[in-house]
Amino acid sequence: MNAFKVALAASLLTAASLSIAQPNVLDVRRSGFDFMQPSTQALQRDDTQNPAMLWVKEGEALWKKAEGAAGKSCASCHADPKTSMKGVAARYPAYASALKQIVNLQGQINTCRTTRMQAPPLAPEHQTLLSLESFVAMQSRGLAIAPPADERMAAARARGEALFNQRIGQIDLSCRDCHVSNAGRALAGNKIPEAHPTGYPIYRLEWQTVGSLQRRLRNCMVGVRAEPYAFGSNELVAIEAYLAQRAAGMRLESPAVRP
Amino acid sequence: MARTLITVPTTAREGEVIELRVLIQHPMETGYRRSSDGDMLARDLIRHFSCRFVAVGKSGEGELVFAATLHAAIAANPLLLFHARATGSGSFVFTWTGDNGFAHTERSSLSVR
Repeated sequence: MNAFKVALAASLLTAASLSIAQPNVLDVRRSGFDFMQPSTQALQRDDTQNPAMLWVKEGEALWKKAEGAAGKSCASCHADPKTSMKGVAARYPAYASALKQIVNLQGQINTCRTTRMQAPPLAPEHQTLLSLESFVAMQSRGLAIAPPADERMAAARARGEALFNQRIGQIDLSCRDCHVSNAGRALAGNKIPEAHPTGYPIYRLEWQTVGSLQRRLRNCMVGVRAEPYAFGSNELVAIEAYLAQRAAGMRLESPAVRP
Repeated sequence: MARTLITVPTTAREGEVIELRVLIQHPMETGYRRSSDGDMLARDLIRHFSCRFVAVGKSGEGELVFAATLHAAIAANPLLLFHARATGSGSFVFTWTGDNGFAHTERSSLSVR
């Protein structure tokens, strides 16, 4: 009888842990990783080869570096990044009550700099900003993308979705035209991915450096001969918020490598 | 100061073949490209890499293990992967030199059991 109880408990435990560990088999969404060449996948899988790890390492050093009039570093407030930053990158963009608007991770880092550290904000795609973002994103690697269930983000997400479906530029294409209707088909030398932001900031082979999701979004806009929205604009943050919602539950791979 | 990622074992058996991986942050600008403003981007390349091994108790620059000459067609942040046979304890000295007086040195010690 006792043995039966133990066996039952064990099987219940197994079932419980399986239901947590098992990814949703009905999920047909695919990360950009799945569309890459095996050699590029290998580059991402191996931290000793992934060039983005150079930015992570840089970010780790910058984390402890005091800057600004307040004489504070990131570590002054957030202490151990392994606990304090775990899941943070998986959550952003998020609503910032103080600013009464949605900010992405870079925006939050800059907000911390201006308000807590009393240091000047960093320019978009600044190496320091990308390094810090890479380091913070690294702490969420393997976690599910978890956009906040915040009503105040609904309007921006709707705006982002509208922009995603809006045809733009001389070539007159929307994000959807490629990344939904033609995902998996070839565009020049590469497969068109499904536009899930699973690995940002990414080391993009075409750039030969690390770049943000906004840089990538602007790239596509230039590609369809449209005027790209400015870095940090509400439009780009809205698209980011919509994409995060669309990719909710997918695993974060940061720092990823993309072709 | 350039960032590097050095992946080298710190211990090995005598005679064992070990793998050394060195990755360095560098733009490897070819000198053939233009900026978005149309100006030529000045060439900025790592020209040479060497790995030397200085055995314990020895001085000087040590024995050459591996060397490479790098050119414009090599990607930014070059990764080099090579092998060496562990003959005794000592330290590897990795040196990159290049345009504009670029010079960077890293060390990694190896103890052979």
